[in-house]
Amino acid sequence: MLLIECPFCGARDESEFSYGGEAGISRPTDPDSLSDAQWADYLFMRKNPKGDHEELWQHTQGCRRWFVVVRNTVSYQITSVRKVTEVVRD
Amino acid sequence: MQKYRLAEGGLVDRSQALTFQFHGNTYQGYVGDSLASALLANGVSIVGRSFKYHRPRGIVGAGAEEPNAIVQLGVGAESIPNAKATQIELFEGLTAKATRGWPSPGFDLGAINDLLSPVFGAGFYYKTFMFPKNFWEHYEHFIRRAAGFGLAPTENDPHRYAHHNAHCDILVVGGGPSGLMSALVSGATGARVLLVDDQWQFGGSLLSQSQIIDGKPGTEWVSSVVQKLQQMENVTCLSRATAFGFYDHNFVTVLEQSAPGSKKPADIRQRLWRVRAQRVILAQGAFERPLVFSNNDRPGVMLASAVSTYVNRYGVCPGNRGLVFCNNDSAYETAFELKAAGADVVAIIDSRKNIAESLSQKAVDAGIPLHPGSVVTNVMGKRQVKKAVVSKWDGKNVSATPHVLECNLIAVSGGFSPAVHLHSQSGGKNKWDEVNECFVPGDNPQGAVSVGSGNGTWLLRDCLNEALDVAVQVAGGLGFSDTAESVPDVADGMGPSVEPLWRVPTLDLPEKAPKQFVDFQTDVSVSDIRLAAREGFHNVEHVKRYTALGFGTDQGKLSNINGMAILAETLGKTIPEVGTTTFRPAYTPVSFGACAGENTGELYDPVRKTAIHSWHEQATSQFEVVGQWLRPWYFPKSGETLDQSVARECMAVRNSVGIMDASTLGKIDVFGPDAATFLERMYTHDIGKMKPNKCAYGILLGEDGMVMDDGVMARLEENHYYLTTTTGGAAAVYSWLEFWLQTEWPELEVYLTSVTDHYSTIAVAGPNSRKVVQAAGCDIDIEKTAFPFMSVRKATVADVPVDLFRVSFSGELAYEINVDSRYALHIWRHLVQVGGEYDITPYGTETMHVLRAEKGFPIIGQDTDGSITPVDLGMNWLLSNSKDFVGKRSLSREDSCRDDRKQFVGLVPVDGTSVVREGAQLITNTQVGPPTPMRLGSILIIIFAFFAINTVVFAE
Repeated sequence: MLLIECPFCGARDESEFSYGGEAGISRPTDPDSLSDAQWADYLFMRKNPKGDHEELWQHTQGCRRWFVVVRNTVSYQITSVRKVTEVVRD
Repeated sequence: MQKYRLAEGGLVDRSQALTFQFHGNTYQGYVGDSLASALLANGVSIVGRSFKYHRPRGIVGAGAEEPNAIVQLGVGAESIPNAKATQIELFEGLTAKATRGWPSPGFDLGAINDLLSPVFGAGFYYKTFMFPKNFWEHYEHFIRRAAGFGLAPTENDPHRYAHHNAHCDILVVGGGPSGLMSALVSGATGARVLLVDDQWQFGGSLLSQSQIIDGKPGTEWVSSVVQKLQQMENVTCLSRATAFGFYDHNFVTVLEQSAPGSKKPADIRQRLWRVRAQRVILAQGAFERPLVFSNNDRPGVMLASAVSTYVNRYGVCPGNRGLVFCNNDSAYETAFELKAAGADVVAIIDSRKNIAESLSQKAVDAGIPLHPGSVVTNVMGKRQVKKAVVSKWDGKNVSATPHVLECNLIAVSGGFSPAVHLHSQSGGKNKWDEVNECFVPGDNPQGAVSVGSGNGTWLLRDCLNEALDVAVQVAGGLGFSDTAESVPDVADGMGPSVEPLWRVPTLDLPEKAPKQFVDFQTDVSVSDIRLAAREGFHNVEHVKRYTALGFGTDQGKLSNINGMAILAETLGKTIPEVGTTTFRPAYTPVSFGACAGENTGELYDPVRKTAIHSWHEQATSQFEVVGQWLRPWYFPKSGETLDQSVARECMAVRNSVGIMDASTLGKIDVFGPDAATFLERMYTHDIGKMKPNKCAYGILLGEDGMVMDDGVMARLEENHYYLTTTTGGAAAVYSWLEFWLQTEWPELEVYLTSVTDHYSTIAVAGPNSRKVVQAAGCDIDIEKTAFPFMSVRKATVADVPVDLFRVSFSGELAYEINVDSRYALHIWRHLVQVGGEYDITPYGTETMHVLRAEKGFPIIGQDTDGSITPVDLGMNWLLSNSKDFVGKRSLSREDSCRDDRKQFVGLVPVDGTSVVREGAQLITNTQVGPPTPMRLGSILIIIFAFFAINTVVFAE
């Protein structure tokens, strides 16, 4: 059971949050110009690192804001928590 | 007659006798007893039968490590299966029986298995799957019954269980000397401290040993510390509370038992604490290891530390002719205590050749014969130890000239294993301590610190010093300092000076010799481990599963390290090379009641009721659960079946007017200058074309192009939209919109508000619906031209302001009234009253399904399963060509364009009356004609199905 520091509300129990998968994926601006393979890369392919992972969480049972967490997938330690607007995307 | 009770000593109150029953026999014990100590006091030597061989078994330990004394506590609904007698606090009227042994543990017909033991070797259970094949079904019944544990009660538990969330700066697990010292120092710094201990009395090992602290008995020091702690407002002390799980980020679960005895059902029986700590100090202590020799499971073979506990804490001497067998110093104390308690100690059998002179001199002084360099090779006495067979031992071999010593108690000590369970659960590694022959905690990724014997620190003074240092350091790290506490004065003690003895060799091969048990609870012997190794199981996790080593309710607290050492010997590896199995929660068993807490019965899942629910109940509606909502299913008149009721409700809508509570639809208010832009990107149709006061049907796709949800949306004003979703999809759609708005387009100024509960929706449907709405006092013109299909207007109905929608989910002329939920019941009643003239008929979800099916409307989430594109559904007309939207690109993926994708079709039975039940399989058959068009106004059941054909057939 993780303890997650919501950037808006403070530290809360994991049970208040929903997981949103890998962070930092930008939606292509012109999807029609992409090949099926390129679109599939955006749609399906996700990093699966052993180590630090940038991921989205939503404080579902609280302020309902999405934010970006860096969590180590081995130790589960959370090393940073940022608002979405503070993250530079690809 | 408590014939083994000592005349004095111990922490039991001899002035308060308690009467209890074990297997139908009535006994007496005292306040302060455990069930185990009371049984021993009464001379009950056999407390159960073993798992596979049904050998008589006695009490071995005194706490969580007990493998044999597993009882069914109490009877009926309150009964607790598989409780350990060593952990049960005795109370007046307690009843218990052994979980194995039929008709009784003393006389057990299952003992035949012992004679058949060659059949039941390692992997026996798995082999029954194979030899011969197909015979498993014949074995299964007998094997499962023979190997059973306790029985779960069949009635509902009348007791209450609760959950409790707690936060603290420092959690101290274990209330022995190290834990008490840590808690005292931490508490004195002002930190919020939670101290938990699994026993009903704090003190841990000090309750069991005759230690002197500050010149007084150790138990007096315990009392003074507990008193100090209880006076600190920042400290909470929980006894009878076992920390059983250590999860991420210092989240620890603790099971607290209420004090025993008869309870009102309203009292809370167990409370599960969910503790979030800043830091955790683990002071769990250590478990003594048994020694492995032939017939080491005979009743009367006990851990030396347990013997000390029974003598010192409970005032019970478990035997009057004791023999101590050890490979370390600590068991000598047990010998002296037995002697002091009046028992005859026939010998100390020590596998070590060289024994500290001070120690051997003490034995001589006590008049106890000491046999260095000796081992017990066998035990006589099937139902109670009668004799020990002792041989010389040179560290490798036993001599062939044994001698026999008569005794009725063998206290064994094979060294100590720190209880590294919680440390390991939290992700900490363990390292092998070559000197003390045990695994000790290594680094801990969550910053948990182990102290005392749980950290492999053995001498009391060292434990207390370590506990103080760690507490100062941990509290200091959290910003708490200043403590005046110091370590009390403790006499020098003896170190364990352990020499490894993992298995007493036999003159025969272990396979031929009498059984040498490693795991008492699961009946795993040395020969089983060796057999597993011979059959190719070399990984310790595999050996565990093949032999069941460490599988029982004690989770191998006594057996694991011995088993690993014997595996290592068999494989020619070192113990750290073999390693440990994984430590998982729960440390000790946790009841389902505690896991469920208050979340049972009505409180299991929240129930959502609409604002009109009370009317539905009075109208004797049948309800169905949709999501968490209770929705009217159908409204039977007296004597009507479901089909009859639905037929009547459908005809009413088709021929006159019906009324339905559609309040459970999800409702989302979307507001802001960029609302249209945002919705344009989310929905598939052209939002911009929709003018204020107009409605449209819309669908939402996942980015994979699959239909996710649908609903009617209305543009109330230029920058103000009102979306409806399916009942079940409301929360998901709301989150979905938030996700895109916040993570992808945070620059858009749009405000989303979930208003599902704030507004109620009443559908009035049927050819007479307009007349009913007019009769209800609607203040606007709702004729066809003034208020066309798919429009929305502000209006007043029954003197209440509403949003009136001209939409239909039934194919009939229909209005949906959206109203502040506080007025919903009022409007509903009014509509029913004025609709009486037209025989207005309330209808439920079943009728709604028939009506929508006849009309050809799908229900997303019921007719679709997340693998359906809008094209599969025949909804190409909803897909805009002039804009991008979420999921659009996926519709042109190769897979989405396959021409053999399943298509959504409506089917009408040829006879027009047959009902195909939900889940029925339709088989391609020439007898089945093509779906025929249906006529409105008649009752026809349409079923929807997906077929791998290209034709989309909707009834019209």
